[in-house]
Amino acid sequence: MEIIRGRVWKFGDDINTDVIAPGKYLKLPNEDMAKHVFEGIDPELPGKIKPGDIVVGGANFGSGSSRESAPAAIKYAGVSAVVAVFFARIFFRNAINLGLPVLECPEASKIQQSDELEIDMENGVIRNLTQSQVYKASRLPEHIQQLIRVGGLVPYLEQELAKESSANG
Amino acid sequence: MGLTITEKIMARASGRETVRPGELVWANVDMAMMQDSGGPRRIANNLEHLGVPVWDPDKVTIVSDHFVPPSNETEARIQTVTRAWVKKYGVSRFHEFQGICHIVPIERGYVRPGILMVGGDSHSCTGGAMGAMVVALGSTDMLGVLVTGRTWLRVPETIKIIWEGKLPVGTFAKDMVLANLKQLGTAGATYKVLEFSGETVTNLPLDERLILTNMSIEMGAKTGIIEPDDTVLRYMEGKDVEFNPVYSDPDAKYSKILVNEAEDLEPLVACPHSPDNVASADSLHGIALDQAFIGGCTGGKYHDLATAAAILKGRKIAVGTRLLVAPASQQVLQRALADGVLEVLLNAGATLLPSACGPCGGLSMGILSDGERCISSTNRNFRGRMGSSNSEVYLASAATVAASAVTGQISDPREFIRS
Ligand code: SF4
Repeated sequence: MEIIRGRVWKFGDDINTDVIAPGKYLKLPNEDMAKHVFEGIDPELPGKIKPGDIVVGGANFGSGSSRESAPAAIKYAGVSAVVAVFFARIFFRNAINLGLPVLECPEASKIQQSDELEIDMENGVIRNLTQSQVYKASRLPEHIQQLIRVGGLVPYLEQELAKESSANG
Repeated sequence: MGLTITEKIMARASGRETVRPGELVWANVDMAMMQDSGGPRRIANNLEHLGVPVWDPDKVTIVSDHFVPPSNETEARIQTVTRAWVKKYGVSRFHEFQGICHIVPIERGYVRPGILMVGGDSHSCTGGAMGAMVVALGSTDMLGVLVTGRTWLRVPETIKIIWEGKLPVGTFAKDMVLANLKQLGTAGATYKVLEFSGETVTNLPLDERLILTNMSIEMGAKTGIIEPDDTVLRYMEGKDVEFNPVYSDPDAKYSKILVNEAEDLEPLVACPHSPDNVASADSLHGIALDQAFIGGCTGGKYHDLATAAAILKGRKIAVGTRLLVAPASQQVLQRALADGVLEVLLNAGATLLPSACGPCGGLSMGILSDGERCISSTNRNFRGRMGSSNSEVYLASAATVAASAVTGQISDPREFIRS
């Protein structure tokens, strides 16, 4: 997998999915929800987050509701990866299934707003170009990396089903 | 070494003798639930694109509760899409206008002791009170289950929460779980299972146990579970379904054991904007309220309504405070209607809402405006959860909510129960 490079939007601990993707917009499709991403924290944020940016959170990022709209809103806003000290379980799975790169890094709290990062997903390494630091992140198991690499669960299932039908045919 | 109830369910579902925490297993799913918000509307296109049927339509249940009844065209369309989808894929366990997605499947006997179930909603853990393992999944994860009937799961460690002794008057399961939230915090059980046990838990009626498992997710847990005892087995009688209850071995291994004394408990309230921001109701006395809400999958069951009615009988809610009541299901509503509970609530001045999610997730009806304050028997009080990000939600038992509706400010229900 290539190296992901981008500028940081920094958040604190316990960022829940209600503030990432507020309930009042749940009826909207994900593309439109993206226009409201993180609005529960700051109504100005959705306009400021640019494609390629990296979201960095503290502990328990993505807690609360199982709404896939939360990682989807982040992905459709163009965010290239999410780094956190650790993720809430359902958010973590949802992000992987959507092909949104997620990485757990105990040192994520050292990263500051607007820092420039370089993420090596394959080896679980984060380089902070602004602060000239290198952090170790937890390396995802190979089958999960593969899921992200192909773009999420849907393309993955597509491949698997194709394999099956060619094996049967 | 022995296994916990959760490990036994996971071992059986993945066709193995035994499993250990940390292992990744592929498990066969016995039942899958989706609701209208995260359900068919989110996966229909992708499923169509893959061009395969649902692996087993009899193992799927759809409960429309988030946008029910629809309050605008967009929501109405979501219902149409849902109806068309269940028809197309032959899903007969479809319930709309029947109640909330964590309550209806229990009432219908879909959540059986010993099964592995997945639910497309974070509070799917509620079903763990039936002695089942119910794990929440997002929409695309659920798509994988619909296609293959399987999902990958990490075998979680289990934290055992033991409650000993008798609950003091005026305290309920909600106070127990708020006390646990205060101990563990919102991330204290991340990736783990919470197994509730002990005499206090065994003495709770099923409606109350559901509150413990329901709010396990508030501590970050993968799910909550309670071993299925007589109360559960009796409930299952007459549902005409087969099941195999399993129980934790005496020498099962837990990552942590917390022992709580029920005698020490007092009515508790979770303050804005986090369910673990817990204080005693007594210490918050005098905080003025605009709205009180009794409803949702956590606090709208029959026991919640009856508890509120016991306090509201012969009383009126305070002028300037509104009390909204949304029964968790039509069955709950019917029962409350039949035995006079509903009449008491309405006579006290309550407004009856449909048996659906409604205000709980800020979806419809009972939305809070800037600066408004609500006390609620639901499970989450994140910023903006019920409307404006400048509104406040306090979480408490149905008894505390009812007492507070009477005074118009946060109040300790014990004063009302003694008098
Ligand atoms: S009642 Fe509230 S917590 Fe329960 S399923 Fe509905 S929105 Fe979620």
